[in-house]
Formats: sequence, structure tokens, C-alpha cells
Amino acid sequence: MSDAITPPAPSEKSPSAHLEHAPPAHPERSRGTGFHVAHHFSSAEVQFDANKMGVWLFLVTEVLLFGGMFCAFAVFRSWYFPAFVAGHDLLSKAAGSTNTAVLITSSLTMALAVRSAQMNRKGLTLGFLVATLLFAATFLVIKYFEYHEHWASGELPGALFGHPYMNLKLSNPALAHPLRGESLFFMTYFVMTGIHAVHVLVGMGLITWMLVRTSKGQFSSRYYSPLENVGLYWHLVDIIWIFLFPLLYLIG
Amino acid sequence: MSDSTTPAHPERSAPAHPERSRGTAAGTNYLNAQRGIKSWLTTLDHKRIGIMYLVSVLTAFLLGGIFALIIRIKLLFPGHYLITRAQYNELFTLHGAIMIFLFIIPSIPASLGNFFVPMMIGAKDVAFPRLNLMSLYIYWVGAAMALLVILIGGVSTGWTFYAPFSEGPDAGHVILMTVAVFILGFSSILTGLNFIVTIHKLRAPGMTWFKMPLFLWSIYATSLVQILATPVLGITMVLLALDRGFHIGIFDPRYGGDPVLFQHFFWFYSHPAVYIMILPGMGIISELIAVHARRRIFGYTFVAFSSIAIALLGFLVWGHHMFVSGQSVMAGAVFSFLTFFIAIPSGVKVFNWLATLYQGSISLRAPMLYALSFLFLFTIGGLTGIFLGMLSVDVHLHDTYFVVAHFHYVMMGGTVMAFVGGLHHWWPKMTGRMYSEAWARLSAILIFIGFNATFFPQFILGSRGMPRRYYAYLPEFQGLHVFSTFGSWVIGAGFFIMLGYLVYSLKAGAVASTNPWGAASLEWQTATPPPTENFPVQPVAEHGPYDFEEVVAAQAALEGSAS
Amino acid sequence: MAADAATNFVIHLGSFWLPRQGSTLAPQVDRGFDLALYVGVAFFILVVVPLVLFVWKYRRRRAHDVGKPTGHNTAIEIAWTVIPLAIVMACFLVGFRGFLRASVAPAGAYEIQVTAHKWAWHFQYPTGKSTDNELRIPVGRPVKMVMSSQDVIHGFFIPEFRVKEDVVPGSYTSVWFTVPKPTQTLLECTQYCGLGHSGMLAKVIAMPDADFDKWVHQVKLQGSPVAIGRGLYTSKGCSGCHSINGTRIVGPSFKGLWGTTSHLSDGRNLVVDENFVRKHILDPRSLPVTGYPQVMPSFKGQLTDEQINDIIAFLKTVK
Ligand code: HEA
Ligand code: HEA
Ligand code: HEC
Ligand code: CUA
Ligand SMILES: [Cu+2]
Repeated sequence: MSDAITPPAPSEKSPSAHLEHAPPAHPERSRGTGFHVAHHFSSAEVQFDANKMGVWLFLVTEVLLFGGMFCAFAVFRSWYFPAFVAGHDLLSKAAGSTNTAVLITSSLTMALAVRSAQMNRKGLTLGFLVATLLFAATFLVIKYFEYHEHWASGELPGALFGHPYMNLKLSNPALAHPLRGESLFFMTYFVMTGIHAVHVLVGMGLITWMLVRTSKGQFSSRYYSPLENVGLYWHLVDIIWIFLFPLLYLIG
Repeated sequence: MSDSTTPAHPERSAPAHPERSRGTAAGTNYLNAQRGIKSWLTTLDHKRIGIMYLVSVLTAFLLGGIFALIIRIKLLFPGHYLITRAQYNELFTLHGAIMIFLFIIPSIPASLGNFFVPMMIGAKDVAFPRLNLMSLYIYWVGAAMALLVILIGGVSTGWTFYAPFSEGPDAGHVILMTVAVFILGFSSILTGLNFIVTIHKLRAPGMTWFKMPLFLWSIYATSLVQILATPVLGITMVLLALDRGFHIGIFDPRYGGDPVLFQHFFWFYSHPAVYIMILPGMGIISELIAVHARRRIFGYTFVAFSSIAIALLGFLVWGHHMFVSGQSVMAGAVFSFLTFFIAIPSGVKVFNWLATLYQGSISLRAPMLYALSFLFLFTIGGLTGIFLGMLSVDVHLHDTYFVVAHFHYVMMGGTVMAFVGGLHHWWPKMTGRMYSEAWARLSAILIFIGFNATFFPQFILGSRGMPRRYYAYLPEFQGLHVFSTFGSWVIGAGFFIMLGYLVYSLKAGAVASTNPWGAASLEWQTATPPPTENFPVQPVAEHGPYDFEEVVAAQAALEGSAS
Repeated sequence: MAADAATNFVIHLGSFWLPRQGSTLAPQVDRGFDLALYVGVAFFILVVVPLVLFVWKYRRRRAHDVGKPTGHNTAIEIAWTVIPLAIVMACFLVGFRGFLRASVAPAGAYEIQVTAHKWAWHFQYPTGKSTDNELRIPVGRPVKMVMSSQDVIHGFFIPEFRVKEDVVPGSYTSVWFTVPKPTQTLLECTQYCGLGHSGMLAKVIAMPDADFDKWVHQVKLQGSPVAIGRGLYTSKGCSGCHSINGTRIVGPSFKGLWGTTSHLSDGRNLVVDENFVRKHILDPRSLPVTGYPQVMPSFKGQLTDEQINDIIAFLKTVK
């Protein structure tokens, strides 16, 4: 896209736009270093700021996406308070706390990865990224076992509650009637943690991509903004969980 | 108005600027810099993306419009006629959904906005050109899914997808449609995000916030709404699809869920979305009035901040669509109270536009005709919003044709008038050709008359008790319906004429000069059509966007020397 | 059906804009409407008259004219912010007061249970009497509708009474009104509910108190089976989907249906006889007729055996 040939200025010069001379054309994108200033940015700094702002705005949309679900949770919880307490008793606090610890640690390793990139320490960056990936995977594995447990005991949303199709009995006799409230608790539980898990998966994909780019040596103290942006995203995923955990597991 | 009152086009009389005639190397512009379909499909140039968006949204408009014409023809007779009930329900659903999600929401920002936002701030492109192209592809995917829905048998929920009807057996292909809407939402978010960053980071030297053309303020406000509201639509569509597909129970009373919650979710997006629709239109009107009356906008700062005020207030009033849904009296009162505040910044705009016309130099070219139509029609649409905002009155008017008339007056009479006005205004810049002024005025007048004939009777129908979304109706309503249908044919004629002369102008229109209207904002200070990087050298904004004296004086001088 | 049934229904006009005022709530709503209309017309004139004047007076005369430089005037900006604000606040108050009055039913209002389903209205009176698609109310007494839906959201709208409220499944909503004098009018469904939405109408009959009392206590329907069957055909909502003149609405027309062979989508071909009709009424899914959507609701529990017999008697006469 970057066009080195400057077209001639129009002869009919506009009176209100004072035309300066073009800045020197930017060199062609140098693929090797992975770093270039796109033609429409006046400097690397502007480009960097713009990217960062873009990511922050994206994070705002994510917050609103979950915000809707949090509102639904609040509404149903106030309507079916006893059922929500009963429902939260069925969640494993041990698994939840472990997962919280795992995810917080992964946020730390992610931050460290960005820092090592800033310090030009490629080996360390790679190490921290791999660690982050492993923590993320651990999180999902634990989550899988939790889901499996609920599935097996029929603690599922809406029509699936109590597994009418599979003739499974509810583990908790107190729930003999497929009460509306409990099924709604599990609705919010599965939808919110499910969408969160999708975000973890996407995050793992992004981190893997960063791994590849780091190993190709594309980041340095001069240029690490993609890595930093993925880091921001990963912290958001972490923060959302930090809201989900107490709401679902602790206060019910 | 006679042609002599309008700025002449030097190109027409004398080939004073040979470098701008097409084909020569010096005349390279964004259209001919590269050739072939592939160069379009892989372009990162915001102008080309804007053009592709323009063609796409106009196609959607055509499709939605044809559905509307069929609906109107059916309503000529009260009973069974021409199409079945099921077909009717699918038609108004698709008409509404296409007009809203495929046409009006992307319309101005993604087409004219994409093309002119960077140019107006003196930038070479939007901040994220790749994201920009991606948003177009996402739009196409969403549109393709919506078309697929039509092909495999439609959906009949109304554009509002109210649960639990939309979860039932007779609602059609709801899941596919919700996925399409979800995807289209992404496209809208990307556009908004891009514009916010572009306006923050890429303004030319000298382009302070208060030297920006007002169109940019309104696009900025729109983008805020797009970013803050659209994710909620996204999650709503996901939840609806899950509820329909797996009966997770969130909106389904059989499992303790709440159908009214769906409405809260839906309107939390869709009310702010009406300001996604109108704000860019208001921005265009500011440009049209300023340029075609050659007068700086009266109360610039008020007009600028009223856009932001509308955007923010718009988040607080969604419950006015639900006065009779069974929400509490308290909620109804609060939402009604807040609704009225939106009338104030809207009024500020209308009055400031009027004050700008005062002592202006008003040319009645087509863009101005559309701006005047906007003022007339939007005022009616907005003022009938006041009827609907009044609690006791809305109880009577809710879900009648009064509401249908209200929103057509604001959406079609407001946004669409602004859109086509802007299309004419910037047509020379985009295509390098002039459209035919005589035909353009004819179609503007036809559309204005046809529009009022179509939709004014619907106010009367509605307040007399004709519910909306009715296939069959009481015989006493027939007269007004027939009138309305005739009106829709006049609108149709107007738009088809427009399509005709616009396409014709591409082939045979007069070559346009750099600045045919004598406008002062930056997009007019570069070649027509613009070169790929917009400006050969980095422009600096020294003057405000509405300082017409110098521009016009310079043009006059130039023409004097040329002749 | 709406087309043929509609001939029985009328909404009488009271003024150019609004239907006649059928309930004691109506005058208050109409005052709100009039206020909005005055405000609307006033501001419309305030915008359009200057618009036309300016366009004429300041039209461009020479190609290179420009407008006068724009001044600045804070006072006028404040004026056109504050004055409309005051006016819309007045609008809010008027609307709010009318709404409050309409949302709180007077104590001791006569309660009627309303059940909506696709696509008919069922009214249950305190005496145990019930009607379908026909609402009878006593004159001069506040009447309260306690409403719920069996399937999707419907809307309860009586234009002449200026009342409207959604009828929601899974919860109860209500409206109330007092009708000052005997009258007949129309109830419409205003929340989109599918194929039969526009046919989901009911007759509203306000009767003198004494007549109403007599009517509501007389529980048994009388008449020949065919007449009762014809009554059930409209009141139970069959007419929402089945015509008797051969046109196709949602389901097959009843005209000439009796004794023909019905082709089912599972391959069976059955004669439309007593058993067939009975079974179809109670369990429509078990006899899916080809070429039609499977949307007929089951009437199990809503029609007694006797009533089904009456319907069959009526069906035989539709030739
Ligand atoms: C472009 C889209 C658009 C815009 C801009 C608006 C603008 C407004 N709308 Fe509208 N509306 C819709 C699109 C829009 N609407 C749609 C699509 C629906 C129906 C959806 C569906 O159900 O399918 C709807 C429905 C709708 C309802 C719900 C009706 C119902 O279903 O029962 C209400 C109720 O309050 C309402 C109110 C308003 C108000 C108060 C404004 C205000 O913003 C208007 C402000 C403008 C003015 C008031 C005019 C100019 C001002 C002056 C000249 C100053 C002086 C004025 C006064 C003193 C009053 N609208
Ligand atoms: C942007 C929004 C938009 C626009 C522009 C329109 C335009 C029109 N609408 Fe639409 N309408 C809606 C949005 C819109 N509508 C919505 C949201 C609903 C509610 C749906 C629901 O209930 O769920 C609705 C419902 C609705 C109804 C009510 C149906 C019912 O409740 O039963 C009716 C009935 O008359 C109607 C009629 C029309 C007509 C005659 C037009 C005409 O103005 C159309 C004229 C346009 C054309 C004939 C196309 C011409 C185009 C070209 C030739 C292409 C080339 C163009 C250029 C070069 C510029 N509409
Ligand atoms: C919601 C719309 C609806 C209502 C209300 C309805 N029907 Fe039907 N009916 C249908 C449809 C659709 C079919 C054809 C598809 C099927 O088999 O269900 C049908 C089929 C039938 C048939 C079989 C016709 C044939 O061709 O074999 C009979 C008999 C019948 N209905 C009787 C009734 C009676 C009696 C009532 C009222 C008590 C009634 N229906 C109410 C929609 C309806
Ligand atoms: Cu019931 Cu519409
Ligand atoms: Cu709204």
C-alpha cells in the first residue's frame, strides 16, 4: 500500500488547507523484523498509541458483553434466592478456588512475559508464555471435571435439569422437583462460565500465536505491542473470572 | 433555481485542469490506481471499502424496499389477498430486520463515514485498515446468512424477536437469523472502534476537536453507542439461540425464565441503536446546511455536544418500549421521565440548523432539498415521539400504526433523507461525476410527497386503533390504507428514478471539479476523485470547516481568470 | 377469518384522531393526546414556517454569494433549551397522572380472569361461567381483568376504552376500566403472536348491571346441537384457522370437509368421520394433515365430550 511516488499537487491549491511537503516515504514493510509503521501513521508512537486504544475499546465491549449476563444473574438471584443458595452449594469450592489461583498465576506469568520481551530476553519470554499456556490448560481441565460432575448428576440448565432424557436422578434429594430456581442457577452458571471458557480458549490461541512470533524474533524492546495487547486481553479474562468466582461459588 | 446561481464547473467549459482527466498518469486516483476485482476485494483503502459498503447497503435497501412495497400492496384489501398470512409475517419481519440490521445501522457510518472520516480530518486512512476490511467481510457473511434465511423459508418473529414466540415452532429459522444479527453486530463494533481511534489519533496538524466538521462529532458519538450497546445485542442473541436450541430457560416461563427480561435486553441495545441510526444523519445535515447555505453552523459547540448528549441519554430510556409489558409503574415513570430529556438536544440541533439558514445563501440543489425534507420530516417524527413518551397516551398508541408512522418518519424521513442528501452532496467527490440536477430535484420532490402520503395516514390509522403487524384489518380502515399504498408507489418511483440517474451519471455525467459546492472542509481540498492516499501532501487545518468566504472568493477569482 | 368476522366488529370514531370514549379512563388519556397534539402542532409550525420563510428570503441569488457571518448568542441557546424542557416536563406529568390512575384498580372491582392462547380469548367469570372471544361486562362498575397467557405474549387492547396491557405467560398482568353506558365494541390482540394475530379479536359487550347479573348466573348454554356447535366454532377459536366458505386460512376449510378422505403426512389416508374429528380435536399431532403447518392446539380439557359432539353436528352441515 505504501506509495512512494507522491502524486503531483493539484494546481488549484486550496486556500484553506495549507499544504506542507510530504514527509519522507516510509520504507517498505520489512517483514523480517515484524516491525513497521503503517503508511497512515505519522510515527511509531502514534501507531503504538492507536493500537493500544483500540485494544482498550475492545475490552470495553467485552465488559459489556458480560455485564448483560451479570444483570440477568442479579435479577434471577433476587427472584429465586433460596434456589440460588441451594444451587451454589452444589458447586465445588475447592475446584473453584484452585482455578482462581491458577488463573491469577497465569496472569502473572503473562505480565512477566511482556516484561521479558521489553528487556529483550527472548528465552524468558518464551518460557513465561509456555507457562501461561499451561496454566490456562489446567484451568480448562479442572473446569471440564466440574462440568462433567454436574452433567452426571443432572445439574443442568432449563429443560435439561434433572436429565429427563437420560433418566438420571438428581444427586441431591432436596431437588426432587425440577425446581425452576435451581435450573436457572445452573443456566447462569453454565452460560457465564461457558462464555468465559470460550474466552480462555481464544486467549490460548492468541498466546500460541505470540509464542510463534516471539520464537521468530519479532519482538524487542522497540516493538512488543501485540504481546502487550494479548496480555491486556488475558488480564481481562482473569478479571472476569475474579468476579464470577465469588458470585457463583461463594455467595450463591 | 436556475443553473446560473450555482458555481460553474471549470471542467465543463475549458479543460483547465488536464491532469485531472482520467487515464493520464497524473490523474491517478483511488478508483483507477489499481484495477480488477481482486484489487477491490483485497484493498485496505478506506475509500474503496466505503464504496463497497455503499453498494452493499443500497442493495439491502432495495431488497427491504421491495418487501415493503409488497406489504403495502397486500394492505390494499382488508382480507385475504395476494399473499398468505405466513408470507405476510415473514415479509414484515424481513423488511424490518433487513432495513435495520443490514441497511440503516451500517448505512451512513460504514459507507459515507468510511469514505470521508479520514479525509475530513486530513488523514491517509482509518487507524486500522485491515480491521476495516474485515468488518466489511463480516458484514457480507452476516448478510449472506440473512439471505439464506430468506431462501430456506424465512423467519416470522418481527424484527424484535420477542420471546417466547421466537422460541416456538411457528417462528421460522430464528437461530440462523440471530447468528446473522450477532455477526452483523461485530461488523458494527469494528467500524465504531476504528472511528473512535481514528478521530483521536489521526487528526491532521491544526485539526483541533472544535475545528472538526460536525459530521465527525456525530460519527464519534455514534461510535460510542456502537461500542457500548452492540455487545449487549450480541449476548442477547446468543442467549436467545441457546434458549431456543437447548431450552436453557432464561426467557422461557416454563423453566422459570422471564420473557420480559428478553425485552429489557433487546431494548437496551435497540433503543440506543435508534441513535446509531439518526446521529450520523444529523451530522450529514449539519454539513449540508452549512455548505449549501454557505454559512458557518450557528452554535457549533451546542450542536457538537448535543450529539454526545443524545448518545449518552439514549442509554437510559430503553424501557419506553415496554410501558405496557407488565414492568412496574415505577419503572415506567422513570423511563418516561428520562425519555423527554432526549427531546432537548434534538431540539437544540433543529433550532440551530434553522438559525443557520437565517441570513444564509441558500441554494436549492438536491442535497439541500433533502436537508429541508429532513428538517420537516424529522420534526414530525420526533414530535410524535413525545406522544409515545407520555405514559397514558402510549398505552393507547403502543403497537399500533401510530408507532409504525413515528419510526418511519424518524428513520426514513430522518436518516434516509440525510443519507441520500449526503450521497448527492459527496457523489462528485466519490465518483468524479456530476449527477443530473433536474432529475435529482424531481426525485427529491417525489420522495417527499410520496413519503408523507404513505406514512401520515398511518398516524391516523394508529390512533384510531389499527394494530401493527396485522395481515387482515377492519374494513373501516381500508381508505387510509389504500392512500398509504398509493404513496408508497410514489416513493418507489422516486427511488428508482434516483437509481437510474445516478448509474447514468457514472457513465455520462459531467466531470466534476475539485470543489463544486464551494465547501471549506478538507475532503474538498484534494483532487476529485481523491488519490489513494487522499492528500498528496499532509494537509494542515488552518481554518474552520465552515469558513466559506475565502474558498468561494478564490473560486470566483479562478473562474474569472479562466473565462 | 378476520375478514369475515370483521364485519361484525366496528370501532366507532369519536373525533378525527380517536375512537369514541367508551370508558371513564378515556377522557383523561385523550386530554394527554390533545396536549401532545397541541405541543406538536405548535413546534411544527415554529420550525416549518421560519424554514419556508428563510428558504425564500435568503435563497442564493448569485453563484458566489456567501451567507452572513454567523454570530453567537448564548441567551437564545439557553432559551430554546429551557423552554422546551419546561414543556416536556408538563407532558410527562400529564402522562404520568393518567397512567397512575389507569394502573391502580379501585378496591372491589369486579374481576374477570382472562386467558389468552393462540389465537383466542377465554374469559372466566366469578360465577363459573366462561365465554370465548366474547367479553361481557356490567355497566357502571369498575371491572378488572386479571390476565395470563398459555403460550406466547399477547396484547389486550380495547381502543374505545383506551386500555392496553400485554398478556404474558408465566405471570399475571391486569387492566381495569369502568364503562358508563351499554355499548358494544372490539378487543384486539396487539402483541404479535403468529399466524392468527390479526384474527385474535373478541367482541366486547357492556350490559346493564341487572342484565349482566342474570346472564352471568345462567350457566348452561341452550339450543340445538348444530347451533351450539356453530357457536363453539367461533367462540373456541376454530374460526381463527378454519373457514366455512372454502378459503384457506391456517388449517383446511371446513366447507365440504365432512366425509372426505384426509391425507396424512405419515402416509395414512383416513376418512373424516366422528372418530377422526374427535381425535383431531383432542390430539392434533397424531393426525398430521399433509400440506398444513402443525400448529393446531389440542383442545383437550377445553371441550367437553358433549361439546365435541355439537361441533361434529355442526361440521356435518357445512357443505
Ligand atoms: C431513527 C430512529 C428513531 C429516533 C431518532 C427516535 C426518536 C424518538 N423516539 Fe422513537 N422509535 C423508533 C425509532 C426512533 N425513535 C423505532 C424504530 C421505534 C419502534 C420499534 C418497534 O417497536 O418496532 C420507536 C418507538 C418509540 C417509542 C415506543 C412506542 C411504543 O412501542 O409504544 C417511544 C416511546 O417513548 C419513542 C419515543 C421517541 C422519542 C421521545 C424520540 C426523540 O428522540 C425525538 C426527539 C426529537 C424531537 C422532539 C423533535 C425536534 C425537537 C424540537 C422541534 C424541539 C421542541 C420539542 C418539544 C418541546 C417536544 N419511540
Ligand atoms: C430504515 C428503516 C425502514 C425503512 C427505510 C422503511 C421503509 C418502508 N417501510 Fe418499513 N418498517 C421498518 C423499517 C423501515 N421501513 C421496521 C423496522 C418495521 C417494523 C417491522 C416489524 O414489525 O417487525 C417496518 C414496518 C413497516 C410496515 C408495517 C407492517 C406491519 O406492521 O404490518 C409497513 C406498512 O406499511 C412498512 C412500509 C414501508 C414502506 C412503504 C417503506 C418505503 O419507504 C420503502 C421505499 C423504498 C424502496 C421502494 C426501495 C428503493 C431503493 C432503490 C431503488 C435502491 C437504490 C437506491 C438508491 C440509489 C438510493 N414498514
Ligand atoms: C391454531 C390454528 C387452529 C385452530 C385454532 C384450530 N385448528 Fe383445526 N387444524 C389446524 C391446522 C393447521 C390443521 C391441519 C394440520 C394438522 O393436521 O394439524 C387442522 C386440521 C383440523 C382437522 C382435520 C382436517 C382434515 O383435513 O383432515 C379438523 C377436523 C380440525 N382441524 C378441527 C378443528 C376444530 C373443531 C377446532 C376448534 C375447536 C380447530 N380445528 C381449531 C389449525 C387449527
Ligand atoms: Cu395474540 Cu397477537
Ligand atoms: Cu426507543
